[in-house]
Amino acid sequence: MRNALSGWLALVAVAAPAAVPYPVVRPGITLAFPADHGAHPGFRTEWWYVTGWLRTAAGEDLGFQVTFFRTRPPVDAANPSRFTARQVVFAHAALSDPATGRLLHGERAARVGFGLARARTGDADIGIRDWRLRRTPDNRWTTQIFANDFALALDFRPTQPPMPQGLAGYSRKGPRPEQASYYYSIPHLRVAGRVRRGDRIVPVTGEAWLDREWSSDYLAPQAEGWDWTGLNFDDGSALMAFRIRRKGGGTLWAGGALRRPDGITTPLGPRDVAFRPLATWRSGATGAVYPVSQEVSIRVDGRIARWRLTPMFAAQELDARRGGLPVYWEGAVRTPGGRGYLELTGYNQALRM
Amino acid sequence: MAAEPGLLSGRLALGWLIGGEWRFHPARFLTTAIAIAVGVALGFAVHLVNGSALASFDGAVRGVNGAAELSVTATSPLGIDERLYPQVLQGAGVADASPVVRLDARIGGNRLTLLGLDVIRAAAVTPSLVGIPPQGPASSSDGVFDESSLFLSRTALERSRLAIGDRVTVTANGRNVPLRVVGTLPAAEADAAIGVIDIAAAQWRFERIGRIDRIDLSLSNRRTAEEALAQLLPADAILSTAQARGAQGSALSRAYRVNLDMLALVALLTGGFLVYSAQSLSVARRQRAFALLRTLGMPRRAVVAAVVVEGVVIGIVGGATGLAAGYGLAWSALHWFGGDLGAGYFGGTAARIVFQPAAAAGFFALGLIAAVLGSAVPARAAARAAPAAALKNAGDVLDPRRAVAWWPAAVLLAAGGGAALLPATGGLPLFGFLGMALMLAGGVAGVPWFARSLLAPLARRRGGSVPAMLAIRHLHGAPGEAATALCGIVASTALMIAMATMVTSFRGAVDTWLGQVLGADLYLRANAGASFDPATRAHLAATPGVDRLAFSRQLPLTIAADRPPISLIARPERGGRDPLLVLVERTSSLPASALPVWVSEPAQRLYGWDPGETIILPIAGRTRFTVAGVWRDYGRQAGAVLVDEADYQRLTGDTGRDEVSATLQPGSDATAVGKAMTARLPGALRGQVDVTQPAVLRRLALTLFDRSFAVTYLLEAVAILVGLAGVAATMSAQTIAREREFGMLRHLGLTRGQLGAMLATEGAVVGLTGALAGIGLGLVLAQVLIHVINPQSFNWTMTTRVPLGTLFGVAAALTGASAATAVLAGRRATATGAVQSVREDW
Repeated sequence: MRNALSGWLALVAVAAPAAVPYPVVRPGITLAFPADHGAHPGFRTEWWYVTGWLRTAAGEDLGFQVTFFRTRPPVDAANPSRFTARQVVFAHAALSDPATGRLLHGERAARVGFGLARARTGDADIGIRDWRLRRTPDNRWTTQIFANDFALALDFRPTQPPMPQGLAGYSRKGPRPEQASYYYSIPHLRVAGRVRRGDRIVPVTGEAWLDREWSSDYLAPQAEGWDWTGLNFDDGSALMAFRIRRKGGGTLWAGGALRRPDGITTPLGPRDVAFRPLATWRSGATGAVYPVSQEVSIRVDGRIARWRLTPMFAAQELDARRGGLPVYWEGAVRTPGGRGYLELTGYNQALRM
Repeated sequence: MAAEPGLLSGRLALGWLIGGEWRFHPARFLTTAIAIAVGVALGFAVHLVNGSALASFDGAVRGVNGAAELSVTATSPLGIDERLYPQVLQGAGVADASPVVRLDARIGGNRLTLLGLDVIRAAAVTPSLVGIPPQGPASSSDGVFDESSLFLSRTALERSRLAIGDRVTVTANGRNVPLRVVGTLPAAEADAAIGVIDIAAAQWRFERIGRIDRIDLSLSNRRTAEEALAQLLPADAILSTAQARGAQGSALSRAYRVNLDMLALVALLTGGFLVYSAQSLSVARRQRAFALLRTLGMPRRAVVAAVVVEGVVIGIVGGATGLAAGYGLAWSALHWFGGDLGAGYFGGTAARIVFQPAAAAGFFALGLIAAVLGSAVPARAAARAAPAAALKNAGDVLDPRRAVAWWPAAVLLAAGGGAALLPATGGLPLFGFLGMALMLAGGVAGVPWFARSLLAPLARRRGGSVPAMLAIRHLHGAPGEAATALCGIVASTALMIAMATMVTSFRGAVDTWLGQVLGADLYLRANAGASFDPATRAHLAATPGVDRLAFSRQLPLTIAADRPPISLIARPERGGRDPLLVLVERTSSLPASALPVWVSEPAQRLYGWDPGETIILPIAGRTRFTVAGVWRDYGRQAGAVLVDEADYQRLTGDTGRDEVSATLQPGSDATAVGKAMTARLPGALRGQVDVTQPAVLRRLALTLFDRSFAVTYLLEAVAILVGLAGVAATMSAQTIAREREFGMLRHLGLTRGQLGAMLATEGAVVGLTGALAGIGLGLVLAQVLIHVINPQSFNWTMTTRVPLGTLFGVAAALTGASAATAVLAGRRATATGAVQSVREDW
């Protein structure tokens, strides 16, 4: 589960849903690869979301995220213009460097047409101008990102099969069954590549997590935002947990999954997941207060397991409003026996999707 | 000079001298100060209005362009191929590129610029053109990609009296499209009327599929980008910078603005002459006082200083008053007439006044200089006079028996003529104005000689009535006084006559030209981009009563990024089918293979396109044309080119036409045929076509002409009023100063009636002399205006037409006014008893 779109995405999404027949997400599908790595252009929104920890040869830790969103605005399909915004692609990338305590980020957006942006079907290949994320036939994922302050050229090699979320890939997000998405993750991706900060290019290795999700009706109107985490444990197990917060407080929905090293996956329902804030950080830029350190508890087989998430550093807020995305917190976190990312949305302003 | 006491010790005497003068003649002091104030006020006001209008025009241009540092712009409204956009975006040095469809649109009767944008690209390149939809959880109506979403700038919203959420019909490119106002453009330039919709919607709904008009750029490396783009651009696109766009906007009105500034300076110059006349008289009157002080030991410099100090005070008072009045004048002019003072240069933009401290200082200084110079010249003359002689003789310092030198005037006039022959500098007729100034100075310098030559034969004549003889003898015997009074009159009359002659010639030329070009019986014009397609044209031609229809297409065509676009007109022209084209020049022979183009006179002068030359125009790429002729055009100052309709259609594939001139069958009723033609138009087009008759067009054109010269008329009137005030002041001051003379004449037996007749004759002769000299000089200056200033500023030529009525009127007014003031002042001077008058000073 992923993402943080509002801005354009919200504008696109709320307008005249009746005019465009978006497919509805229903249970009972079977994910098929590599087709489901590729785009599902009928759905309103979709994303490819890679987060992970990197280590340089000098032993420095870095966090990174590379995100591509695809949306289908409610435009008239009869428009013969090449500019028609049949599909719009947004991308976002960030690099967390604990040495500076700062987050570098960059963004791109474009409507398809004129070959400037693409989101192919059949297999993963999505890009805007020179930014790109794709899967090669030898099952390697690769990305190139060129922002002002930094650049990423990373390869991701899966070490485990994809991990369908919810009911075989049908992941419910709210009280109504159509408030849901198709969702799978690929945890434990082995990373190799290069990172440029300023003019300095260093080789890196590390471990990442890919989230793939597509939906037409993601967020219930009474939802404010969500907390999400995806953790790669050193023993090869993986945990995804989220909760959707209700406007005015409380939890509207929750869910997740735990996959053991042997491949056995336990889906987690709304009663099986809890988030407890341990420490907050107030953003000087936006004034938003984020619970950057949380305790995640899940109930598996009648027992409660708890993990304490500690951020790499506190200031991992992203103000992506210029690029049509909202203000949110997306940070590298540590936990005993594992590492991953924590995403906190809707803390500055309620999200609309 | 060491023997003479210093200036400071003369302080007291100077104080008395100046203070006394002002206490006894406050009106004289006030008149001169007002003359300066009027000059400064006019100059400053015109400058402020121009500056403010230009600033807001600039703002509007910037507003529509969103302040992109560099843009790729289509040379004509036909646009450029949209496939250029990805190439430009991926060009070296280009950080981002925002494609724009630009349309001239209307909402009801309100014009606006409708931009079709890709909101994502525009957010990065021209954020001021991106609308923010209303925020808030309740809102669910704001799709930025929605084909019906329209964002309006505050100005456009207010002009059309719309609110967010309203549904409107927007007309552009001949299409009526229903849209919904979903938000404003809060960052848009305040004065710009802009609407923004999605670029795909603009292409589809307004039928511009495949075309864009502009690509706005943000750059990572300007040099690299400019080099890369130069390689990339097709012939119908041009690279334009923000500065070039500003220059394009100001180029059209620059000459007009400079000319107005010059005209305002004329008023100031006249004010300077008035100060000179008044101060000369005041100095002449105080000649004996100065002489007395000199004999008492006052240094020569102190005399000069005394008069110059007076000038400084006049300058300061007049200048300060003038600045305040000028600001008020500019404010009301902008408020009531708009930034172009009615000339139509800045159509559609409302100007707000912008105070300009540098200009204020400049005009204040000019006022001060005029006042100081006007005082210093007579002061030096007074100081040169030998004290002993001056003490005895309060009369004229010039000896009437000595001939006046004519050569300084001749030299100045010749120099002025020479300067006027020099070419324009930077598109402005600066040497023309210099020439006019020199000729004016020459004319004024020649006034004493002219007056003497005119009066000498009269003075030698014996007989006639006593008052007339006395008057002539007085003027002949005291030439200095007469010359002083004449300077102001001649200067202001000359300038006024010059302007009047030029405007009359221009108006006459325009009138004749309109008569020639408006030869058809009926005109139809489609607006807001609508056009007549071939089927509609055939249908129209079949209207009963129509003999022949000529369809034409008119489009702006950009030749250079920093110049306003010329008009491209496509009309049936080959084989001389159109008799309405007034050719001023033509080629003797045209190669059969050449594509002919007829260029307008301004286009010929601006771009140097002479008959027979081969030129390249950005029509359908770069097409070579041969200039077949030059036609007279007073309508399009930026220039126009005319190509044959068939050639145009073959080159561009554009089958639309937007103007029709109809020749009717004899005996048909133009109004009825106009109605019938309107009825034959397709429904969508009917509301967008204006039908006019030539008489209406001609009246409209002349109204526009008169409106654009309204300020000129006003400035002229003020100049002549200042001149007349000068005459009145001079005549009355001179008359009052001659109280003793009148007393003596009364003793010698002259009646008061005869005295009055004498004064009236004197006044009339001075006025007439001034009028003759002024009119003569004015006609010479008019030639500079007509043959140098006008062609160099506006690129069109005309023939001279002399406004005889105005000439007679001015001559009569001047003669009458000076005679009347002389009589009125004389009445006061002769009111006191003759004995007392004579006694007073002896």
